[in-house]
Amino acid sequence: MSRRILCLTVNGRPREDAVNDHTLLIDYLREDLGLTGTKRGCDGGECGACTVLVDGEPRLACITLAARCEGRCIETIEALCANGRMSRLQQAFHEKLGVQCGFCTPGMILAAEALLRRNGAPDEAQIRAALAGNLCRCTGYVKIIEAVQAARAASA
Amino acid sequence: MNAPGDTPLCGAVPPAVGVRQPLIDGVDKVTGRALYTADLPARLGPDGALVGAILRSPLAHARIRAIDTRAARAAPGVRAVVTGADCEVPYGVIPIAQNEFALARERVRYRGEPVAAVAAIDAASAQAALKLIALDLEPLPAVFEARDALAPEAIRLHDDKPANLEREVVQTFGEVEAGFAAAALVREARFQYAEVTHAMMEPNAALAEWDAERERLTLHSVTQVPYYVHLALARCLKLDESQIRVVKPFVGGGFGHRTETLNFEIVAALLARAASATVRLELSREETFLTHRGRPQTEVRLKIGLARNGAITAVDCEVIQRGGAYAGYGLVTILYAGALLHAIYRLPASRYHGQRVYTNTPPNGAMRGHGSVDVRHAFEALLDEMAGELGLDPFALRRANLLAAPCRTINELQVNSCGLAECLDRVEAASGWRQRRGTLPQGRGLGMACSHYVSGSAKPVHWTGEPHAVVNLKLDFDGGITVLTGAADIGQGSSTLLAQTVAEVLGLPLARLRVIANDSAVTPKDNGSYSSRVSFMVGNAAIRAARALRDMLVEAAARKLGATAGEVECLGQRYRAAGSDRTLSYKEVVAAALEDTGTLTVKGIWSTPVEVQGGKFKGAAVGTGAGYSYAAQVVEVEVDEDTGVVQVVRVWVAHDCGRAINPLAVEGQVQGSVWMGMGQALCEETQYHDGLPLRANFLDYRVPTIVESPPIETFIVEAPDPNGPFGAKEAGEGSLSGFLPALTNAIAAATGLRVHELPVTPDRLLEALQARARKQRAKQAIAERKHKPVAA
Repeated sequence: MSRRILCLTVNGRPREDAVNDHTLLIDYLREDLGLTGTKRGCDGGECGACTVLVDGEPRLACITLAARCEGRCIETIEALCANGRMSRLQQAFHEKLGVQCGFCTPGMILAAEALLRRNGAPDEAQIRAALAGNLCRCTGYVKIIEAVQAARAASA
Repeated sequence: MNAPGDTPLCGAVPPAVGVRQPLIDGVDKVTGRALYTADLPARLGPDGALVGAILRSPLAHARIRAIDTRAARAAPGVRAVVTGADCEVPYGVIPIAQNEFALARERVRYRGEPVAAVAAIDAASAQAALKLIALDLEPLPAVFEARDALAPEAIRLHDDKPANLEREVVQTFGEVEAGFAAAALVREARFQYAEVTHAMMEPNAALAEWDAERERLTLHSVTQVPYYVHLALARCLKLDESQIRVVKPFVGGGFGHRTETLNFEIVAALLARAASATVRLELSREETFLTHRGRPQTEVRLKIGLARNGAITAVDCEVIQRGGAYAGYGLVTILYAGALLHAIYRLPASRYHGQRVYTNTPPNGAMRGHGSVDVRHAFEALLDEMAGELGLDPFALRRANLLAAPCRTINELQVNSCGLAECLDRVEAASGWRQRRGTLPQGRGLGMACSHYVSGSAKPVHWTGEPHAVVNLKLDFDGGITVLTGAADIGQGSSTLLAQTVAEVLGLPLARLRVIANDSAVTPKDNGSYSSRVSFMVGNAAIRAARALRDMLVEAAARKLGATAGEVECLGQRYRAAGSDRTLSYKEVVAAALEDTGTLTVKGIWSTPVEVQGGKFKGAAVGTGAGYSYAAQVVEVEVDEDTGVVQVVRVWVAHDCGRAINPLAVEGQVQGSVWMGMGQALCEETQYHDGLPLRANFLDYRVPTIVESPPIETFIVEAPDPNGPFGAKEAGEGSLSGFLPALTNAIAAATGLRVHELPVTPDRLLEALQARARKQRAKQAIAERKHKPVAA
């Protein structure tokens, strides 16, 4: 088992951590850094619950090696609040009930965040396409779409 | 509709009930702060929590000759190994049907059944140790289908159950044969339903801490009913209930999976005690699928008689459910299927024959719409077909059979409110049914159906003599009110609803309230989140607790104001002597109320009235409801006849929830129900090969993604129930079962094809379309031959 020093930025803070070569990004975030907002919902790449942003792009932390994130910027759900206030997406998911049990929510919000950064005014089809890899078992997705649309309107 | 004895609050107080209220714990969820079981910090003890892992049976049916754990116990990092020898007491949610062990003893009865477990210092050591356990199994013949299991020569899974018949239900109400004889049209059909499962997003997990010095166990788990877990732990670990504390952290959905105590919860506790440590047991997604307890594979034969005007004259229904290896909720599921034929339409006569069968597959259990879903599909699909034959509009047929509440069904279910008529009106208008039906192009169609569900099973599983719900309120020097409840919020928003309820009665803003739920050391016992009981029962208890507290505050205000209690108006943040300008602020009233007594704690209790608790016949308790919700929906589909792909274009659904305490959450629940029905109708099914689950992951077990999920237009109908809190009934289950028949009825409208087997996957539909085409061509060929002279 070989270990390496991993240099990367997590939620705006530069870090240097010793990790095993085979450590998954999700385990590095949850176990080593205590960032438990990133959820494990499946056995690998099936559900989207562990979605985080790597250099602004949505990535599945459960099938990404931590070692592959050398030099990259990782953002997790914990980073979206600024000065203790919810981001526009978090606010919209909360107010529109885009969240019920909340387990898919961090991944869902980060996937939507990546979309809104790329495209400030996505239409419904674009929202659906961007969230296609994120399963939710509670909402039927209706209010998730409404939440993203509300956040889009708020930022426009 | 106010509960009896409630006085309307003064207009000055902003209402809390009926407000579109975001979840009071929503901020925790969207910010990632919410801690689910797997997120809990567990650096307890000298070297942190141990990691648990379960060894599972590789065979579907076998006698356990021996389990050799010596090598595993000696392996590095291993702190405990437990087997069936360590748990000799069986468990099961229904006290009269407990035949399952947390770790198998003597026999294994399904592939994936837990047989041993390990606690080690890390996951790698635990997994390595599992490989060192030597299982000596003697294979036995196995049965995987209900009909095979029922065969006289089939091997018995449980010695006390001949023909593997877990429970047989035979019920007849009214004059069935006379009903059919009087009918203008009698039709009979057979239906087949695949097994489905909950697939809630959070995998199963438990954190068990054994305090060896004080012999106490604390378990955090993903449960919907902490009380059942508490009882099962005491039973299986032979502990006194007071030695145990059960805590439910945030829970990522349940849908019935977590109503029963599940094997891993007991295993985690066994490991913790054996290791004298804290053990974290996180199941993989595959293991979570194996834990199962989903809706059984079901066969329905249904016969309905209709009068010329569409009125139902008689119903005869036969149901066979493949129940899996152990009892679990089985007898309740098979009883529900018969009981909930009723309480939606006027039924003058009915016969029901239900069979729940043991098979060598993972055990089935309760799933959203428990027991009612498959039978409701059959019923509404057959009605639709018969409406066509009678030349009646499907809406007209339903209207010809509406219940007039209050009424008592022939199987003694008491219906005190029913808004189904208005539900029908709403979706008929919104979908443009009258203008659009029959005018859509080939391949497009509209279908409709109705559904219903109980608002809480009127009789609890454990008949202890206690009230059905208890809520405590604590008011202290700070003027804040803490709602203490054992009701498990698993995402449905029950904690928010209870806060709204208390706020409404006291006229206070939600900011003054906190809800603490589900810590057995702190909160009152609750029967749990199942059968849509929480809003109705715990809501009622919360109203009563809040009224008791309001009475205390009014009395204190009266003392200070020199008035009688009857003269004091509660204005929420102010209290006033009626007809005067003498007022006290809320904080002044609180201070007065605390004088000489200090912290106030009050209690509210509620039990279902005797008249809704059903009849006296065997099985009568199942299907009884404190109130019934009703729903109607219209589904529009587009069918690609070349590929068999069905696209749901749009859904219109109206749900009668009595009173929407939180309309936002009601919409969310109704949409989620409709959508979950869509999953079952279109794409979800488990599948086994010789008992080996083939779809125990999210790629093969297909839940709909956002891409194929339709817009769902949701209408709230309020037919208040006299027993409901502010008139409210359930909102989280009743709309599910209506989707399935509305879909197949829409497919029939689009293609002319009646689908009697769910889910309607592209494969199944294409096959059915092609079979029909072949049949038509054959018919045509025969017809042409008849007219053609035979060549010489």
